[in-house]
Amino acid sequence: MKLDIKYNTIESVAGPLVVVGKVKSAAYNEIVRIRLGSGEERLGQVLETTDQHAVVQVFEPTNGIDVKNTSVSFLGETFTVRASEDMLGRVFDGQGRPKDGSGMILKGEKRDINGEPINPASRAMPSDFIETGISTIDGLNTLVRGQKLPLFSGSGLPHNELTAQITRQAKVKGSNESFAVVFAGIGITYDDAEYFIGEFRKTGAMKRTVSFINLADDPSIERIITPRLALTTAEHLAYDRGMHVLVILNDMTNYAEALRELSSAREEVPGRRGYPGYMYTDFAGIYERAGILKGKKGSITQLNVVTMPSDDVTHPIPDLTGYITEGQMFLSRELFNKGIYPPINPLGSLSRLMNNGIGKGKTREDHRGVADQLYGAYARAQDAKALSSIVGVEALSESDRRYLTFGNEFEGRFVRQGPYETREIEQTLSIGWDLLSELPENELTRIKEEYVKRYYGKKGAKEKEGKKSERQ
Amino acid sequence: MGIIEKVSGPLVVAKDMLGSNMYDVVKVGKANLIGEIIQLKGESAVIQVYEDTTGLTPGEPVESTGMPLSVKLGPGLLGNIYDGIQRPLKSLERKSGAFIGRGIAADPLDAKRKWKFVHNKDVRNGSEVREGDILGHVQETDFIKHHILVPNGVKGKVRHLASGEFTVDDVIAEIQDGKAVHRMTLSQHRSVRKAMRVRRKFRADEPLITGQRIIDTLFPVAKGGTASIPGPFGAGKTVMQQSVAKYADSDIVVYIGCGERGNEMTDVLTEFPELKDPKTGRPLMERTVLIANTSNMPVAAREASIYTGITIAEYYRDMGYNVAIMADSTSRWAEAMREISARLEEMPGEEGYPAYLPKRLAEYYERSGKVENLNGTTGSVTIIGAVSPPGGDISEPVSQGTLRVVKTFWSLDAALAGSRHFPAINWLSSYSLYTDALEYWYEKNVGKEFTDGRKEAMRLLQREAELKDIVQLVGEDALPDAEKMLLEIGRMLREDYLRQSAFDDVDAYSGLRKQDAMLRTMLHFARAADEAVKNGASVSAITGMKARAEISRMKGVKDGEIEAAAKRIVGLADAEFAALSKELDSGAAGEKEMAKGKK
Repeated sequence: MKLDIKYNTIESVAGPLVVVGKVKSAAYNEIVRIRLGSGEERLGQVLETTDQHAVVQVFEPTNGIDVKNTSVSFLGETFTVRASEDMLGRVFDGQGRPKDGSGMILKGEKRDINGEPINPASRAMPSDFIETGISTIDGLNTLVRGQKLPLFSGSGLPHNELTAQITRQAKVKGSNESFAVVFAGIGITYDDAEYFIGEFRKTGAMKRTVSFINLADDPSIERIITPRLALTTAEHLAYDRGMHVLVILNDMTNYAEALRELSSAREEVPGRRGYPGYMYTDFAGIYERAGILKGKKGSITQLNVVTMPSDDVTHPIPDLTGYITEGQMFLSRELFNKGIYPPINPLGSLSRLMNNGIGKGKTREDHRGVADQLYGAYARAQDAKALSSIVGVEALSESDRRYLTFGNEFEGRFVRQGPYETREIEQTLSIGWDLLSELPENELTRIKEEYVKRYYGKKGAKEKEGKKSERQ
Repeated sequence: MGIIEKVSGPLVVAKDMLGSNMYDVVKVGKANLIGEIIQLKGESAVIQVYEDTTGLTPGEPVESTGMPLSVKLGPGLLGNIYDGIQRPLKSLERKSGAFIGRGIAADPLDAKRKWKFVHNKDVRNGSEVREGDILGHVQETDFIKHHILVPNGVKGKVRHLASGEFTVDDVIAEIQDGKAVHRMTLSQHRSVRKAMRVRRKFRADEPLITGQRIIDTLFPVAKGGTASIPGPFGAGKTVMQQSVAKYADSDIVVYIGCGERGNEMTDVLTEFPELKDPKTGRPLMERTVLIANTSNMPVAAREASIYTGITIAEYYRDMGYNVAIMADSTSRWAEAMREISARLEEMPGEEGYPAYLPKRLAEYYERSGKVENLNGTTGSVTIIGAVSPPGGDISEPVSQGTLRVVKTFWSLDAALAGSRHFPAINWLSSYSLYTDALEYWYEKNVGKEFTDGRKEAMRLLQREAELKDIVQLVGEDALPDAEKMLLEIGRMLREDYLRQSAFDDVDAYSGLRKQDAMLRTMLHFARAADEAVKNGASVSAITGMKARAEISRMKGVKDGEIEAAAKRIVGLADAEFAALSKELDSGAAGEKEMAKGKK
């Protein structure tokens, strides 16, 4: 512990940065308490330290801080959170202070929110299939436990509804192990925050959920810590308490903008579109905290919302995210405008860990082939559609026309489903086979012959669907 | 001993550092974090620290080790996994658990394990030796004889040469150079930032066979050559790199996970011990060295990881082995350079990258080559680098700097990846500058038909692309039948030859014999189809043939059974085409008859 020395030596204040002079030995990344003349206290962190001064980043607005009356003390520790099971069912603000009217969390060991990098040799390969009940996810871009998968969305698209649906429906087959949800709202609106909390209460998930909410009008610099608080809490629940934790970070675009704001205040050389050059590394420090460790029971799965500025997937935020995460779900405005929910466009979506979670004994032996064939056929349908818009449907070859029909059927029957509709994986695959059975058998070259023989032309799914709708 | 003056991220400035050299390794702070001096200004030194600097405080001590950043080389490297500065990750796990703690030192090679050293017949007490000479060997794995080399800068008379069981640190010989005596052990240190000297470089004349059809057939890389795989995310860079690491016919593979995902390294670690090297039948891990400095591990160590990897590769090359080194991804390495450069407040070049980026890239790729080593053996280092251009746009500095020096370009295409055509290597924009140099080898070892077939396939694919442009304007129906057929042939080559599943047990590896048989069969079919259409056969009659469907299943045929399958399919195709032409003839004859009857 350091002695509690108060420095009255603020030299300059610029944006969220405060330079404190005559500080000989501030530690890098150490937490700082700033006491205003009015007695109000704010927290900050050391960004740069020399034997003469320290540059401090303040997590709250810097208005009211002055050179004369404000004092600064260095706390000798990094930003920490007391993580414990007591946090389940609770709502905190973006800095980890209770927001639900109940008391502070006193139990639990203090943990540095920056965490430490997981040793690659200590990771276990994620391979447990998570059934979300959504065909485009389970069938084509299967999610597994310990994966990090972002939703690439745009303003106005239903990513919140989809996130809520996944949270509601996701389960690992034949498993009743304990699970938890950690929700980090990063710069989201009050309405969105209420929507999620409401959803958690409605479905009874609330008592298994820890929420950290940084609202759109909360200090933006606080957004740097919110996801880290969430992940540190998740690490405790997963690796110390053996829970399977789903972490939702919503929305990483707001996080990145806070990072840019901070970088420009520090007068750093900007990278693409003004975002700092180290944004990739910074993102990795968040996304890479998903995973499974050898010899530990729990796991951390991440579902991150990224709203792409002007739907541009090459924008640095989705771009760098896509390079780190294990795939992405791509929400399409075109499908949304057609009235299709969930508007997940399979062609831009990908799950890199899919192969570990599917196949015989996990989902079904023909899963890989069916997914590949549906992809190939849908991609061909898109080509045919593009062509038909130039030359007209009549000029298309018979085969192209067939694929055009396939494309429409695929969107209408496979992609489209209700926000409260859960499809088991067998049902998803049956719908897939129904659609593929409309194509000539010899064009199904991406599926093994024996599976084509077994499933081609069997009208299982349609009947089941029919029965279901009768019941409804 | 110096004192910390300033801490900013991974960069530390220390004063009172007079006497230390540029690129010396230093221990920073009370926690003994490892760093490297990258700038000297008067008595101050700028240090890049290879670990997280949280908690470092001005006033803490800095101590120079007086050594440049180096790796420890010796038996036991194979099968190991290291971080960017060659700390063995499994030892770190034993010391600090699943999360990597700070200030932990660990010996890169197992200090307790004993190896049986057999000295070289030609070397005895009193022999004169020079750097690079082989003193003897240790059997590192069943297939790799680990030669013990005389280290850099050492020459003289051998004395006290021993044979028997030793650890990597035991003395096995002494070399007397005038008054100086060098003690030889089974291990040695090499500075990572300097290329090892060689006698001379050869022209590349032998391909690195990867078992990937599009690479080996269309865009081969030579042993000792360089290749680059740029592509947007999700286009399959990593799967491609891993496939090459698995199936390439090199003796040793060094795989660097540079600033990428942790789970990818886990994937390699779980898969490689179970997979067999197609050449030796031994587990792949026995020929592999892994360097894992994932994206969330310290950025300065990421910068070093590339050098650590290439130095290990050169070490095995010096023993006379063919080594392939993969770096996934060199863009993350460049970004690490950019981050350090920005903290040094250097004047930025293009897109914030330091002005010396192209030079560093070129220096790295120039460490490849098929060479005659100082000891007279021949070895090679093949460098394959992934590039991750922002937004998939290769006009950016890292891609451009790389393309200027590499000779093979595997261009990954987001549209192909989107339709799940893997490997998503675009056959129109990719190139290999080795094809001419390797043609002789292919002719001799596979056959003239294969090299001719390769050119024919390339022509067909290019023609298909041209036709597709026309189809975009006028629709397919407006094309004459011969061109419609060509589109179908193009589709066959794309779907059934170039597409290859990395996840299918059989298809994942396709030997040269299989590639030859498949290509031969397809081109045979293509010629027959072209002929038939010219004689009036309909396109749909040909695409509906049994032989056509059989061709599309050839990729699932095992290497050993492919010749028989090819023969059968060619026979089937010939029969079907013969039947078709008979039908056409009798149809034509019938029409004549009818015409006659009317008369």
